[in-house]
Amino acid sequence: MERPIRVLVAKPGLDGHDRGAKVIARALRDAGMEVIYTGLRQTPEQIVSAAIQEDVDCIALSILSGAHSTLLPRVVALLTAEEASDILVIGGGVIPEDDIPFLKEKGIKEVFTPGTPTQTTIEFIKANIAR
Amino acid sequence: MDIEKRLLENDKRAAARLISLLENRDQEALEILKKLYHHSGNAFVIGITGPPGAGKSTLTDKLAKSLRKKGKTVGIIAIDPTSPFTGGAILGDRVRMNELSTDKGVFIRSMGARGHLGGISEATASAIKVLDIYGVDYIFVETVGVGQSEVDIVKNCDTTLMVMVPGLGDDIQAIKAGVMEIGDVFAVNKSDRDGAKRTAREIDMMLDYNKDAAWRPPVKMVVASENQGVEELLEAIHEHNAYMKESENFLQRRIQNSKNEVIELIKERIERKILDKSAREEQLVIDSKRIAKREIDPFTIVEGIVGNMDIV
Repeated sequence: MERPIRVLVAKPGLDGHDRGAKVIARALRDAGMEVIYTGLRQTPEQIVSAAIQEDVDCIALSILSGAHSTLLPRVVALLTAEEASDILVIGGGVIPEDDIPFLKEKGIKEVFTPGTPTQTTIEFIKANIAR
Repeated sequence: MDIEKRLLENDKRAAARLISLLENRDQEALEILKKLYHHSGNAFVIGITGPPGAGKSTLTDKLAKSLRKKGKTVGIIAIDPTSPFTGGAILGDRVRMNELSTDKGVFIRSMGARGHLGGISEATASAIKVLDIYGVDYIFVETVGVGQSEVDIVKNCDTTLMVMVPGLGDDIQAIKAGVMEIGDVFAVNKSDRDGAKRTAREIDMMLDYNKDAAWRPPVKMVVASENQGVEELLEAIHEHNAYMKESENFLQRRIQNSKNEVIELIKERIERKILDKSAREEQLVIDSKRIAKREIDPFTIVEGIVGNMDIV
């Protein structure tokens, strides 16, 4: 039986709106994935704890506040501490091009900036999950 | 990962992985569950059901927090609908339970219904056993938002909480058969809204009419978002549990549930055996075209398939 890919869509930090996260959640749903949606203002600890309980293949982090260089690497570090670094971590939102190399170095596998077709994200997830 | 060993050691990752494998009908996972089955049966399983938007998740969050204050551990299984077209799902119940995420004494798992009707998913019964073995004191099972006839939850829990809200319909809705019959405890949530008292009165009238008076389900007014009435509701749930245990109905219900579980598993196996073969899928499309054109009837097709399978 083909198993649905499970993705946690989370918004770390103090952003006030989640339109982008909802668009991506909906697109992943339409691609046949099970999307665990956790809503606004998540701490990295909450995100990692939820990802483990939900046994997800991928964590998709949407962030607009500018705190990406702190919060996104923190999620990866916590996953490593929990021996769950097999979970694919990707980011999206308002993230300057200059910051992307740093994020990738810290273990965020890909960063999708505004204007990326949702199909690109879907294909990336399908091609890069560990299981 | 040695799931078997780690699950008995109260390991969250092992529990999470085992639930996924069972959802995907993994045979090795089933072997683990078979081996550890006798470790289950200790948790108090509470079903939470009601229409979409009634506040089931918010109420579950508040009940779980109250139990945590009393030092109890809690598992939560929250089911949301799966798209019948893509197989995808948005599982959004955690949005109401974020503060519980990092609580070491709480395990929350979201499940897609994956085509199963009745308000829960095919693997929900197994997921309940996994959390039971993992070792929580209480398990809340929150169904998809239900309409009138999704009553499968009652076959999987010790106590069923029916969450209602004001303004969904008149008293004729309350006396219809189906979901209104399965509540052991009723909550009227959002009871600060207009019409809440009337809704409670209508449920009360329906319940007073029931002939089996040994347990008269209480109707509790709550405002989950404000944490109002939650303690009283939890007390009512415990009273039902005490009544069930004193009257031996507790064991009777578990026996009935086990019987239902066996029947469900038989149905699933037969369905899978007949339908999950790709060659049959192609034939099914061909047959369906013929039925649509009225070249043949569906009954003859079924007799052909089931007859060939040698299972009846």
